[in-house]
Amino acid sequence: MPQPIASTNDFVVKFANVNGSGSASANLLFAKSILRMGVPVATRNIFPSNIQGLPTWYEVRVSAAGHLGRRGGVDLMVAMNPQTWAQDIASIDPGGYLFYDSTKPMPPSKFRDDITVIGMPLTEICNKAYADPRQRQLFKNIIYIGALAALLGIDAAAIEQLIGEQYKGKEKLFGPNRDALHMGHDYATQRLKPISLKVARADAVGDRVFIDGNSAAALGAVYGGATVAAWYPITPSTSMAEAFQRYCRRYRVDPATRKNRYAIIQGEDELASVGIVIGAAWNGARAFTCTSGPGLSLMQEFLGLAYFAEIPAVLFDVQRAGPSTGMPTRTQQADILAAAYASHGDTKHVLLFPEDPYECFELGALAFDLADRLQTPVFVMLDLDIGMNEWLTKPFQWDDGHRLDRGKVMTAADLDAGKEFGRYLDVDGDGIPYRTYPGTHPSKGAYFTRGTSRDRYARYTEEGAAYVDNMQRLLRKFETAKKLVPAAVRTPAKQPAKAGVIYFGSTAAAMRESLAALEGQGIHLDALRLRGFPFGTEVIEFIAAHEQVFVVEQNRDAQLRTLLMTEGGIDPAKLVPVLHYDGTPITGRFITGAISSLLRAVKPLREVAS
Amino acid sequence: MTYLAKPKLHHPALPKNKLGFTRRDYEGAVSTLCAGCGHDSISAAIIQACFELALPPHRIAKLSGIGCSSKTPTYFLGVSHGFNSVHGRMPSVLTGANLANRDLIYLGVSGDGDSASIGLGQFAHVLRRGVNMVYIVENNGVYGLTKGQFSATSDKGSKSKRGVQNMDAPIDMIGMALQLGATFVARSFSGDKAQLVPLVMAALHHHGAAFIDVISPCVAFNNHVGSTKSFDYVREHNDAVNRLDVIEGRAEITADYAPGTVESVVQHDGSVLRLRKIHADYDPHDRISAMAFLQERQAAGEIVTGLLYVDPEAHDLHDHVETVEKPLNELGEAELIPGNEALQKLNASLR
Repeated sequence: MPQPIASTNDFVVKFANVNGSGSASANLLFAKSILRMGVPVATRNIFPSNIQGLPTWYEVRVSAAGHLGRRGGVDLMVAMNPQTWAQDIASIDPGGYLFYDSTKPMPPSKFRDDITVIGMPLTEICNKAYADPRQRQLFKNIIYIGALAALLGIDAAAIEQLIGEQYKGKEKLFGPNRDALHMGHDYATQRLKPISLKVARADAVGDRVFIDGNSAAALGAVYGGATVAAWYPITPSTSMAEAFQRYCRRYRVDPATRKNRYAIIQGEDELASVGIVIGAAWNGARAFTCTSGPGLSLMQEFLGLAYFAEIPAVLFDVQRAGPSTGMPTRTQQADILAAAYASHGDTKHVLLFPEDPYECFELGALAFDLADRLQTPVFVMLDLDIGMNEWLTKPFQWDDGHRLDRGKVMTAADLDAGKEFGRYLDVDGDGIPYRTYPGTHPSKGAYFTRGTSRDRYARYTEEGAAYVDNMQRLLRKFETAKKLVPAAVRTPAKQPAKAGVIYFGSTAAAMRESLAALEGQGIHLDALRLRGFPFGTEVIEFIAAHEQVFVVEQNRDAQLRTLLMTEGGIDPAKLVPVLHYDGTPITGRFITGAISSLLRAVKPLREVAS
Repeated sequence: MTYLAKPKLHHPALPKNKLGFTRRDYEGAVSTLCAGCGHDSISAAIIQACFELALPPHRIAKLSGIGCSSKTPTYFLGVSHGFNSVHGRMPSVLTGANLANRDLIYLGVSGDGDSASIGLGQFAHVLRRGVNMVYIVENNGVYGLTKGQFSATSDKGSKSKRGVQNMDAPIDMIGMALQLGATFVARSFSGDKAQLVPLVMAALHHHGAAFIDVISPCVAFNNHVGSTKSFDYVREHNDAVNRLDVIEGRAEITADYAPGTVESVVQHDGSVLRLRKIHADYDPHDRISAMAFLQERQAAGEIVTGLLYVDPEAHDLHDHVETVEKPLNELGEAELIPGNEALQKLNASLR
């Protein structure tokens, strides 16, 4: 047997549970208790498209160094699901640990001899302590959390405090949960052998908060001034709509009348949802929908209308693995092209790429200003990994001096003052025309919105010249967008580097970890994290400044690379794809392995060439 | 269609409404539909209704989908904002517009292709949500703009211009509207202006989802013998259950009617609908008997018209989602943005 893994504040615990067994809140408690000890964690739910019965996993990466990407591998497996026993046992790193319910005896062949096995008769303990089957199930989860706390040295008081916060004012629930926690803790302290994985108090969490990206994006929509939301349930975006509802109830109810300063409509489908958003935005309200790939496909026709009729719609696309139904509960960044060029005809759309919940909030709010300023749909591209997992993220901040940028809107006073109004007239060269809200003025400023071609004064026309004039103006507007979307963030290598790497979205955490690892191998890369599309000049300049640029993304077809080639006129040979698309979040280990082996493969060729 | 522009000048003695507008102020561009098209009569009825109610034209938003009928918003209310959206999707765009500003009047114009086929889902859901609007389907039983294919409202056995018989069962939009909870349901005929104008007026006064199915013969593709949506056929089979007058505000009924033949319905906004009964037993407040009556008459080949159902105390979507009185598109930072202090409190709860 190899030496048991010994590590303090740097290991991975994986819980294997049955969906619907109440394990999620217990596992969250485990993760949060480690945070309370000042040690960063990165947690990931790996769940099926199912309500009850199928396997579900929860990974907690404890990382004093603060790595928030998925690590891969398992140091301690908490195997609570007989269905997945074999694969769970197999997934433990050599020298790792298995914690399991030993009530029912198992033959030695079911175990491995290169791991430390910790059995605890959980069912037996629960059956003795509780008569009600549901209680037996729920408290079993809390009991194993108590036992793990004892094994790993997590302060039981921290967990007790968390339980107290969870059941504030509900003493009836608090007491039994606390007792179950101690039952597990006491058993482990008295009967189980200590292990070499430890959590030790640290001060590495700081003032960060722990929240999922969908909730953060919903909060961004509240601070972005959204008043109309229309959506259709689809994993993994549903929780964003639910979070918006929750925040609106808290922040958007008129204190005097108890009436709502928002309207949320669950549409009959994604077409209706985006239609409602377009209607509301046309009429001067800030509106959004949240969806995932299949929904985005359904919205294509409407998105062409919004582009051509110049409607400021905001879409949050929480990406999952496609095509078709794909893997609905697995993550990918595979809607990049479908969003960038959504709809028929010549269309291009503005995209934003948040890296974590903090940016889901920040870019989520910004999307509404950008949409109004540019009078065009704006997509906030989340993915399941950011959207549905809780992340340790910078605390939210808001500048109370910020005014909503409603863009170029002509008022009744402007019209009375004799300002010339042409709905599609580019008066100042930025490609963005003025608009009026319906009902503005008794005799001026009305226009007809349509998806068909029209002249600068919104009059229907099929004249080729007028059509081209309009399409050219839309391109000018897209040029303006380049200056308005958030700029890419550059992280220079410690030494001058010939190669660079481009990445975006949820890849960021794994990429940061990988850059450090590559540096340890003597591989120095300048890194550029994209935050928006259309690409600003800094992106094109970055590529120009390097001999070779790796483009790391979570899809099969290197969609961002295609976008860089097409929109930046980049030589494909210069952009080397690094692709991860099995539905699990990309890891630092994967990127490091892929880039170092690519460099090994490429280097001899280059030597021959020179 | 004519290619002559409309003259801008008009007769100084044209009657004016309360707002000082003439009927001409409610008109739009010259129609590009075929001469004699039923849809133009509906546009004229909308113009007349808005003029008579003295509605400020710019406070009306007109929305449509795609098709001949959906082109018509260009031909009325020229100083209103309009939105010609995508095929079959007007209801969702109208719903969003309505949510953004509850103070405007929303007029949705669609056709049987737009609403009964591609847009059947949105038609259903906009009604069940009770969006405050007037939804007019200009129903000609045919795809006009693509030259004469059957639509989903074509009656079984009805013949196309080329002599092909429609074998599919028709979609009955009135039956659906009743079943789906529309709170104002009427059917009329584009050739009966006296019936149509008061129905549009009453619908404009209705607080809730008002649906009017207007049979509007297509002179180019569906006005022949064998069609059940031709002018002649509709005239012969028009079975009106009542005639309607609309009175703004609470006014006394002064005309002399035989007892039991007139009913006054006071709508939410105080407007009075005076219904002169034609079918003595027809009760426009009983949704279920209305459905049964319509099914029965339809089976007999009759086209029932008139105000078929009205709930004068209806609620709309804003009532359901309990929005503030002030239009959402007028709310500013102070009302919408919780501010940094609230955010710091939230941060504290996330640790």
